[in-house]
Amino acid sequence: MNKSVCIIPTSTTNQTHKRGLKMNLSFSEEDLKFQQEVRSFIKENYPSDIKEKMDTGIPTTKEDIVTWQKILSEKGWFAINWPEEHGGTGWSVTQKFIFQNELAEANTPNIVPFGVSMCGPVIYTFGNEEQKEKFLPDIRDNNVWWCQGYSEPGSGSDLASLKTKAEKKGDKYIVNGSKTWTTLAQNADWIFCLVRTDSSGVKQQGISFLLIDMKTPGVEVQPIITIDGSHEVNSVFFDNVEVPAENLIGEEGAGWNIAKFLLAHERTGIGGIPHLKREIRRLRDITEELPLNEGFLKDDSLFMDKLNKIEIDLVSAEYTELRTLAAMSAGGHPGPESSILKIGGTDIQQSLSELFVEALGYYAHPFMSESDLLSNEKRIGPDFAATVMPHYLNYRKVSIYGGSNEVQRNVIAKAVLGL
Amino acid sequence: MDFLLSDEQKQLQDLIQQFIQKDYPFDVREKLVKSEDGFSKEFWKTFSTFGLLAMPFPEEDGGYNGGPVDIMVILEAFGTGLIVEPYIPNIVLSGNLISNLGTQDQKDAILPNLFSGDMHLAFAFAEPQSRFDLNDVTTSAEEDGDNFKINGYKSVVMNGPAADKLIVSVRTSGNQLDKSGISLFIVDRDTSGVSLRDYSNIDGSKASELTLENVVLSKDAMLGEEGNAFSSIEHVVNLATLAISAEAIGIMQKMNELTLEYTKTREQFGQALSQFQALQHRMVDCFMVHEQTKSLLLMAATKLNDQAEDAVKSISALKYQVGNAAKLIGEESIQLHGGMGVTEEMSIGHYFKRLTTIRTIFGNSDYHLKKYSSL
Repeated sequence: MNKSVCIIPTSTTNQTHKRGLKMNLSFSEEDLKFQQEVRSFIKENYPSDIKEKMDTGIPTTKEDIVTWQKILSEKGWFAINWPEEHGGTGWSVTQKFIFQNELAEANTPNIVPFGVSMCGPVIYTFGNEEQKEKFLPDIRDNNVWWCQGYSEPGSGSDLASLKTKAEKKGDKYIVNGSKTWTTLAQNADWIFCLVRTDSSGVKQQGISFLLIDMKTPGVEVQPIITIDGSHEVNSVFFDNVEVPAENLIGEEGAGWNIAKFLLAHERTGIGGIPHLKREIRRLRDITEELPLNEGFLKDDSLFMDKLNKIEIDLVSAEYTELRTLAAMSAGGHPGPESSILKIGGTDIQQSLSELFVEALGYYAHPFMSESDLLSNEKRIGPDFAATVMPHYLNYRKVSIYGGSNEVQRNVIAKAVLGL
Repeated sequence: MDFLLSDEQKQLQDLIQQFIQKDYPFDVREKLVKSEDGFSKEFWKTFSTFGLLAMPFPEEDGGYNGGPVDIMVILEAFGTGLIVEPYIPNIVLSGNLISNLGTQDQKDAILPNLFSGDMHLAFAFAEPQSRFDLNDVTTSAEEDGDNFKINGYKSVVMNGPAADKLIVSVRTSGNQLDKSGISLFIVDRDTSGVSLRDYSNIDGSKASELTLENVVLSKDAMLGEEGNAFSSIEHVVNLATLAISAEAIGIMQKMNELTLEYTKTREQFGQALSQFQALQHRMVDCFMVHEQTKSLLLMAATKLNDQAEDAVKSISALKYQVGNAAKLIGEESIQLHGGMGVTEEMSIGHYFKRLTTIRTIFGNSDYHLKKYSSL
């Protein structure tokens, strides 16, 4: 045939990388070296007492988390996504992917996102020079613990209906109202809040973004105990709290836009995929050890089918996230596929947590309180059993928080399908 | 890591999209499906001039050195236009078998004609009892002096009606399910003892039932080594599974677009269907499933290209998910079209029919979940 009619040029280079192929999943030699560097750093610096707690399901304390995060800070590996001028790493997408996977592989405590992934990016994007100087170093170095003041008792999925009021009096705002579901507020030094500075117009327009020191008189934290028996979330009350006006980020009334920016910024990574990869492997190991009749759980093909289905969903979620990251690193915006990461990731988190419960049978039922877990008493049933049911119960939250999955569908319908 | 198409691959995509827009609207496709051949031999030649027919073959065979990613790009674009021309049976299955296993004489006799669009091929691998198991072969070839005598039956041979030559998997030794002892023969359509019953499938494609009764073939007709064909068969079927998954993903994208458009125009209870939240969330689910399945497609294509260790496993993950996604998107699209969805008049039903047959071709979700679990 006459090749000249073909519009596609041919190349004569090697066989495995055909015809100008760009897609490539393998790591470069440099990436592999980086992976090795991360791996040995974690091996040498991850404190053994924290590791033991993580591996045996004993709850970590504030001190444990801060200790670990400070180790990363000192290495310059904490605010990895920040611009380099503020202490970011300047890593490629692949390097960030490797780093997250290695942290999850080693079962290190999850990074608490409120400061480094949420408040930090807001400050370096919308804050003024004084604010950047005042707040960013302490976030990067883990000197300050932040929490997030978004939801209110009357404003769940309908976040824009929030009522916590900030009235300007001279060079201060007087804040009154309450926030709820505030994760780890009991540990927090500061809270970033969406507050209402104007009730006259469209509800989205009167919202502002305000930073509040938790030690200010009139701030009160009350624990909310969740169905897994843990104290993770709180109510935060504000009674005539005086906040310096210089703590306002951006213009008055710009809070809703900042909130939307934060949401978009946080889309990737929310599914916790590296951690799930490790968990699914752990469950696979468990099926080879848990007795069933004369054999092991792995002989139950219906159970294994469910495990394999979740694994395939996870691979699909992982590559969807990688596609998003690749598009972003090529200079593009996250494509429509990014909006599905939250729903997809949380679906998998929930199904996997349920499958752990199923794996245990009756031994999912004995309840151990935090103090039981901390004591040296022998565990009931398999070693890993105590945290399984609480984890399942706790994870009902993931399809509710960060904008419920129903609200996420509304967002996709509007923003992606144009409805 | 990189997930983006090269400029050349984007050009290829655009070329096919333009062809669909200009030359392959739905009514043209419908006429072709109802014609005697069931597709257009003229368009097939057009594909030759585009370079599509020689794309996935090495240069020494006269090809363009394309790989799995190019096949993916072509078939995904084909899916959006519901192109019925038999690319997978001709090029991906048969052409690759000839290219991978053929002697120089066999290649010279076949490949230039295949690439120019003058010769059609079909690969007869399935038997009534075999379902998706490529190693389940009862059609037998007995050595008879310098010749082989073949007896047996092959079912639903894709592109059988157009095929000038058929590649047939036969058992030259061993038991029904043995992986060794399987061989391939190239059989001319008009060989004595070969009979084909040609028919149309529900999706508009054409196929044949093939009976082989005392068909005498010389040793020259054997493709590849005697008794060692299984891994080569598995290899091209893996590639074809990737290809048909790409086609499915193109179809799903189009079905989602058609459904979204339809719900925006159809009014009930005084508003467009698209304004009902119950329907919006279902369309969002269809959108998500398409994107998630596409991620698996990109992964599997790249792994196959890199000859990664887990390439075959990733193909099974893909086809398992394609089966599930095809059910969801196919059935939801029809439901959201209401009564119009079940009429021959609208294209949506025709996309649905092809998508539904793809769920089965090269193994359904259950088959691939089992295979995934075993790997």
